Amino acid sequence: MKAKYDVTKHALVPKHAKASEKEKKDLLESYNITLHQLPRILKSDPAIDHLDAEEGDVIRITRASPTAGETVFYRRVING
Amino acid sequence: MPKAKASEETKKELKEMAPEAAPEEEEVLLKSGDVGAGMTPEESAAPSAGAPAAEAAGEAPSAKRESVMATPQYIFKQVSNIVFGVLSPKLLKKMASAKVVTPELYDKEGYPVDGGLMDIRLGVIDPGLRCKTCGCKLKECIGHFGYIEMARPVVHIKFVPVILSLLRSTCHECGKILIPKEKLEKSKSILEKIEIEGGLRARRKAIKTIIDSLKAGNKCSHCNAKQSKISLEKPTTYMEGERRLSPIEVRARLEKIPDEDAMIFGINPATVRPEWLILTVLPVPPVTMRPSITLETGERSEDDLTHKLGDIVRINQRLFENINAGAPEIIIEDLWDLLQYHVTTFFDNDVAQLPPARHRSGQPLKTLTERIKSKEGRIRHNLAGKRTNFCARTVISPDPFIKVNEVGVPKVIAMKVTVPEVVQPWNMAYLKKFVERGPGTYPGANYVVRPDGKKKKITEETKEAALEELQPGYVVERHLMDGDITIFNRQPCLHRMSTMCHKVKVLPGRTLRLNPTVCAPYNADFDGDEMNLHVPQTEESRAEAEILMQVQTQLISPRYGLPVIGCLQDSLSGSYALTKFAELSREDAIQLLIRAGVTDVGKLPNKKTVNGREIFSVMMPDDFNFEGESRSGAKIVIKDGKLVEGVIDEKSLGEGSGFLLRALHRQYGSQTTIDILYKVFTLGNEYLQMTGFSIVISDFDLPSIAQEQIEQAIVEAENEIQTLIQQFHEGKLEAFPGRSVGETLEFKILELLNKARNKAGQLVKEHAKKDTDTRIMVDSGARGNILQLSQISAIVGQQALRGKRIEKGYRGRTLSCFKKGDISPLAHGFVRSNLKKGLSPQEFFFCNITGRDSLMDTALRTPKSGYLYRRLANAMQDLRVEYDGTVRDATGKIIQFKYGEDSVDVSRSENGKINIQRIIDTTE
Ligand SMILES: [Mg+2]
Ligand SMILES: [Zn+2]
Ligand SMILES: [Zn+2]
Repeated sequence: MKAKYDVTKHALVPKHAKASEKEKKDLLESYNITLHQLPRILKSDPAIDHLDAEEGDVIRITRASPTAGETVFYRRVING
Repeated sequence: MPKAKASEETKKELKEMAPEAAPEEEEVLLKSGDVGAGMTPEESAAPSAGAPAAEAAGEAPSAKRESVMATPQYIFKQVSNIVFGVLSPKLLKKMASAKVVTPELYDKEGYPVDGGLMDIRLGVIDPGLRCKTCGCKLKECIGHFGYIEMARPVVHIKFVPVILSLLRSTCHECGKILIPKEKLEKSKSILEKIEIEGGLRARRKAIKTIIDSLKAGNKCSHCNAKQSKISLEKPTTYMEGERRLSPIEVRARLEKIPDEDAMIFGINPATVRPEWLILTVLPVPPVTMRPSITLETGERSEDDLTHKLGDIVRINQRLFENINAGAPEIIIEDLWDLLQYHVTTFFDNDVAQLPPARHRSGQPLKTLTERIKSKEGRIRHNLAGKRTNFCARTVISPDPFIKVNEVGVPKVIAMKVTVPEVVQPWNMAYLKKFVERGPGTYPGANYVVRPDGKKKKITEETKEAALEELQPGYVVERHLMDGDITIFNRQPCLHRMSTMCHKVKVLPGRTLRLNPTVCAPYNADFDGDEMNLHVPQTEESRAEAEILMQVQTQLISPRYGLPVIGCLQDSLSGSYALTKFAELSREDAIQLLIRAGVTDVGKLPNKKTVNGREIFSVMMPDDFNFEGESRSGAKIVIKDGKLVEGVIDEKSLGEGSGFLLRALHRQYGSQTTIDILYKVFTLGNEYLQMTGFSIVISDFDLPSIAQEQIEQAIVEAENEIQTLIQQFHEGKLEAFPGRSVGETLEFKILELLNKARNKAGQLVKEHAKKDTDTRIMVDSGARGNILQLSQISAIVGQQALRGKRIEKGYRGRTLSCFKKGDISPLAHGFVRSNLKKGLSPQEFFFCNITGRDSLMDTALRTPKSGYLYRRLANAMQDLRVEYDGTVRDATGKIIQFKYGEDSVDVSRSENGKINIQRIIDTTE
């Protein structure tokens, strides 16, 4: 099913981007975690539709934050 | 059973065998299998599953008891793992100490029948009898399981979904899972992944999806047998196409499932063989968990479980007889169904498709599931909700004369709730006096506890003996006295400040008293609220409460980083009036300060008259510097402990703002802050006491210019609306984009009326008499606001119902006194009058519509938001901030990469912010 509306254009959808392999490795190392311990995002999520993400990829989300101004969040892609 | 043996062993032998005290049968679940390989905990919540674990665990303590009594010999064990599983029929029989064959309970003498449900081999509930299994008396014997041999197998209601998925996903001929051999490995790895993500439930769900996706047709890939669709006819009947599968057939199919295939379903065949999910033997719980009670009439009243088991045994025996007599199949089927019904309701009497089994009185029986489930069940009622001694609960009332961290305890309570004090050589004389006074005179004592734990009540008769006996090591339970540590609490406990430690102040009366400044954290008022008081009974708990829970430690809210405890009501009005207007003679000022608890008045300037700011300054520390704002936006300056400029109001002292208090807390710590808070609070109150404080109707008078201007503003708005309505009727009104003309009109009318009301409010603010006591309350933030003031003296304004003007009522109109289709303001809830002048009948009615609506709204919202809060609290209860700044759950999964996205500990901030400039300024 093709999305009718490109949600990434919406003001309330934060910026999603695919993290590079290096960024992913650094992330896991800096928090001393396995991929499994990251929050999840569905592969079918409209916000990452344009990224061609595969299961196991890490998505970097840059959001506006009321407390910190801008904040970075990471999610791993899962099937579904 | 090894248990009976164990209790007869000598102590030495017992010590040797104790570490291996678990019975040595191979089937014992405690030792076999690995964690997580069994079933989900929920499915095994049925009593049968937990039984062997309980038995094995109960073994050591019961056998141990005798040896511990004589010489303490502790046997330490560590739980390495717990396995959940299902009992096999073989093990069920093995662990049972009696076979139940008759529904009769007692013989003519009232003695439990052998082979009955109250068989004394199942444990004892009568004081005189001894258990036939373990030889112990009442309360010593923990009870023993029995069993019922089922005449025909029945389905266990809690396993219905698992059985269904097993039947659907396996071949009815060869029992193998319906996944072709070559695809098995891949499917297994997929399932493994799913289990990590979503647990066993998700795994079983996925099996069916995988099989469907394989499109193997309806043939078994192993033996080519044709498979037909299996469905569930709720609650317990399985159908293959149109044909009914009897539990016997179901069991036969489950038996065929190979061990390796069972593993695919997340079932470890070592602990759960699929066929064990069908009941061929029913465990009978020990009598000790279903004791009968003797009524006053001498009649025996049996437990609900016993009733239900009686039904099962009776029907089971009849089924046996009919089968043996070769009765027609229809009769047997009927009895079988009835047996199924009884067994199902024995486990769960709240199955959607079944009528619940009832008492003769019509009230439903409380069977196994009902004992565990819901708020009144074992978990939430008995395990999560514990009841305690040494606590009290009554109505609360305010007492501004006790300290913030004190609680006023009525004498009647102080004489019931006690504190244990250990007798020492140096306090012997002191404690003897308590015993001497006894329970009837305050401060006395109620009990004396001997070192061996024997508790003796002090009475007039036993007093002498107790005094004689008293020696170091004894404990005296003396009455509650001033300064004792207590824990004070009010439900709902929405945050940690709902439970705080207070020191006792014994007072006359019958209510618990608290300083009104702590109303805010408890969310208490005095319209009949009740609160709870607990008295810690050990030194450790007292120390913990005092250090961690005392009121002063809870000053700053961890939610918004400002004081939760602050001045309120009169003390705010008082502080405001004092710092704004007061000019007092030095003598009066000193009198005031002394009454506020200030003993050192040396800071007061040596002048004939002093002003309020100088009086207030006396309470500030000498090196205190502060710059802030009052509610009006004016500057407040405190320099070297002197209030140089500004008025002290709610923004400086109030709950949820209190910037002055926050600054004091940061610089001087909680103890100083709470002391100053108490003094400021009392000073405000005392100042009002001294000057008098009251409101007059003339406080709400407006000068005639203001009245005219307000009238003019309203008339203007009304005229404009009139033109709008005319335009609307003539069809000349232009609609807003995306709105109809009617909506546009409504919108414009509402806007105009609101504008008029705001104008009126502004005029009231400007023209209403300044510095009246009413205005002092409003301006200090103690009570009331300008809007309410203008509603009283100028205009009440539009009554809105769900964001709209009032539309409800008759067809086309709100009340029968209006014309149909009248859209003028007055016909739709615009209240033109003010409360001082009084409302017209229509206006009064409109006000009541909105009043009732908001009442309903609060009444309905409270339980909803309470439930929402409960869910949130339960979902987040074990999240924590780790040392690396991440927020993680109990399994180490990351919830937030940086706590609050800015890593600020709110309780160390001011309103969530950290003033970096000040940190730079104040560090050299
Ligand atoms: Mg109340
Ligand atoms: Zn026993
Ligand atoms: Zn087959």
